Amino acid sequence: MSKPESNNHIAVKAEKLTRRFGDFTAVNSIDLQVQKGEIFGFLGANGAGKTTAIRMLCGLLRPSEGEAWIEGLPVSKSAEKIKRRIGYMSQKFSLYNDLKVWENLEFYGGIYGLSKSEIESASDIMLARLQLAEYRNTMTVELPLGFKQRLALGCAIPHNPGIILLDEPTSGVDPIARRKFWDLIYELAESGTTIFVTTHYMDEAEYCSRVSIMVHGKIVALDTPRELKKQQKVTTMQDVFLKLVES
Amino acid sequence: MKRTLAIARKEVFHILRDPRSLMVSVLMPLMMLLLFGYAIDMELRDLPIAILDQDRTPLSREFISHMTSSEFFIKNADLASRDQIEAGFRRSEYRAAIIIPKGFDEKVTRGEESPVQVLVDGADATTAQTVDNYISQVVILLNNRLVENREFQATLLDPRIRFFFNPQLRSADFVVPGLVAVIMMMICALLTSIAVAREKETGTLEQILTTPVLARNVMIGKVMPYMLISAFDAALVLIVGYFVFKVPMAGSWLVLAGYSTMYLLIALSFGLLISSVSKTQQVAMMMALLATLLPTLLLSGFIFSVDSMPLWLQVVCHANPAFYYLKILRGIMLSGHAWYPLEGGIMLGMAIFLMTLAVARFRDRLE
Repeated sequence: MSKPESNNHIAVKAEKLTRRFGDFTAVNSIDLQVQKGEIFGFLGANGAGKTTAIRMLCGLLRPSEGEAWIEGLPVSKSAEKIKRRIGYMSQKFSLYNDLKVWENLEFYGGIYGLSKSEIESASDIMLARLQLAEYRNTMTVELPLGFKQRLALGCAIPHNPGIILLDEPTSGVDPIARRKFWDLIYELAESGTTIFVTTHYMDEAEYCSRVSIMVHGKIVALDTPRELKKQQKVTTMQDVFLKLVES
Repeated sequence: MKRTLAIARKEVFHILRDPRSLMVSVLMPLMMLLLFGYAIDMELRDLPIAILDQDRTPLSREFISHMTSSEFFIKNADLASRDQIEAGFRRSEYRAAIIIPKGFDEKVTRGEESPVQVLVDGADATTAQTVDNYISQVVILLNNRLVENREFQATLLDPRIRFFFNPQLRSADFVVPGLVAVIMMMICALLTSIAVAREKETGTLEQILTTPVLARNVMIGKVMPYMLISAFDAALVLIVGYFVFKVPMAGSWLVLAGYSTMYLLIALSFGLLISSVSKTQQVAMMMALLATLLPTLLLSGFIFSVDSMPLWLQVVCHANPAFYYLKILRGIMLSGHAWYPLEGGIMLGMAIFLMTLAVARFRDRLE
């Protein structure tokens, strides 16, 4: 189905990607392609296998079968190169609570190999973008969850990656914080960044260029939100989801 | 290098912003040294003994007064007959009984060897051995005096044992270096054992693994700040040993610092290795404690002499870094000898090996 020459506009690709934990198959032979510049929504109920799948795409987990590609590079073979091209934000907002806001950015800039001056200039821009400039010297532990989440995003992308993978970035925060976060995602997408985002909020799915819906480790639907609604003859993504999950 | 420094810098923040843990890592070794230093004092003082003097001559009395005027023994019982001896042992009235047989003075005066019987309570083997040593020492002293004063021919048994390097056989001189080896191994391994496990628990490891940072950046970056703390700890423990327990320092502090750095590096790397293979901080700390305390205590030559162990256990001891460090430490402190190419080389090899292993075991994936 996929031809190798079409790879240059494909940011993320998975073929028969499978992960088993003992007898349990968390991700069951999924196929997907994400175009460059897309906001790709990776939907599914809790426990559907979203996190396992996204971890395989980042090279954090080895697939039991199948393969994933980032910008045409196979994840299993070029893990190191891929790490420079992606930014990953895990479900847990991996920040150091005993570091100040600015120190978290500095640290992640440092381990991406940026120089001191690069970090300094980039961090100021980043703090402004994240609307965290006034919290520069606040201890991370004291930040409200919504702010932490924006900081976590900032920490995942100090190297300006072409692809950002976000695992449930908005879980547990209030609607205003969610809106602010999605504004950031739009901003990034407009500048050409590919966004791969998992969520179980169906209103967020409406914001995506295309979505896939995962049920028990399998992708049961993959299209634009508008097309999916038409196929299922419903008016909201919420109803699309319920129909697919219950069938 | 930039990445390694970023990790090290962050680790410094963690350490400085947790003053309680920092206090513990500085005070714990000190407390351990003081507690163990006084508790594992292998010297015995005022040990109760019983005397059965069947000779009752000036010489036998002189012998007895020699025994009891030493700080080692106090006379707790004057026995009248042999039948009483065992009962007193059973009641724990004394730990040793000395029997001076009839004819003791006469034989000595004639210049013959004159046996004195010493019965020692063997229930506590360590004490028994020490008692045996002390009595031998007193006998030697008395022998020397007899030979000098009475112008005897030196026909009495006269072994003239002299202990080099620790002439009074002060146990502190022996115990403190051992404690330094035990304490530093334990503290260092504990310090780094949580370093990676903590990031597994908080989830930050997952984030770090998606960055291009390499295992060696993480490991070396984490060891650097803890090296400073443990060097400070080691200096503190050695200085307290020197001033409080009056351990001599025959060699150079600088040489000692050099070999100690190697030892600390071994212990820190070992802690990191444990940290990379354990899932939680608690498991890591337990493992670090179990894996360091007993081996450094028992299999290093600190408490039990390695030469008297069965062969297979001797082999095990030779895989223990504390065995080499202790040898070097005692050497530098007591004899001043500074050149240990074999022991130093082995320790350096161990440090490199453990660090490499820790890096290799640090997975660049979850699972």
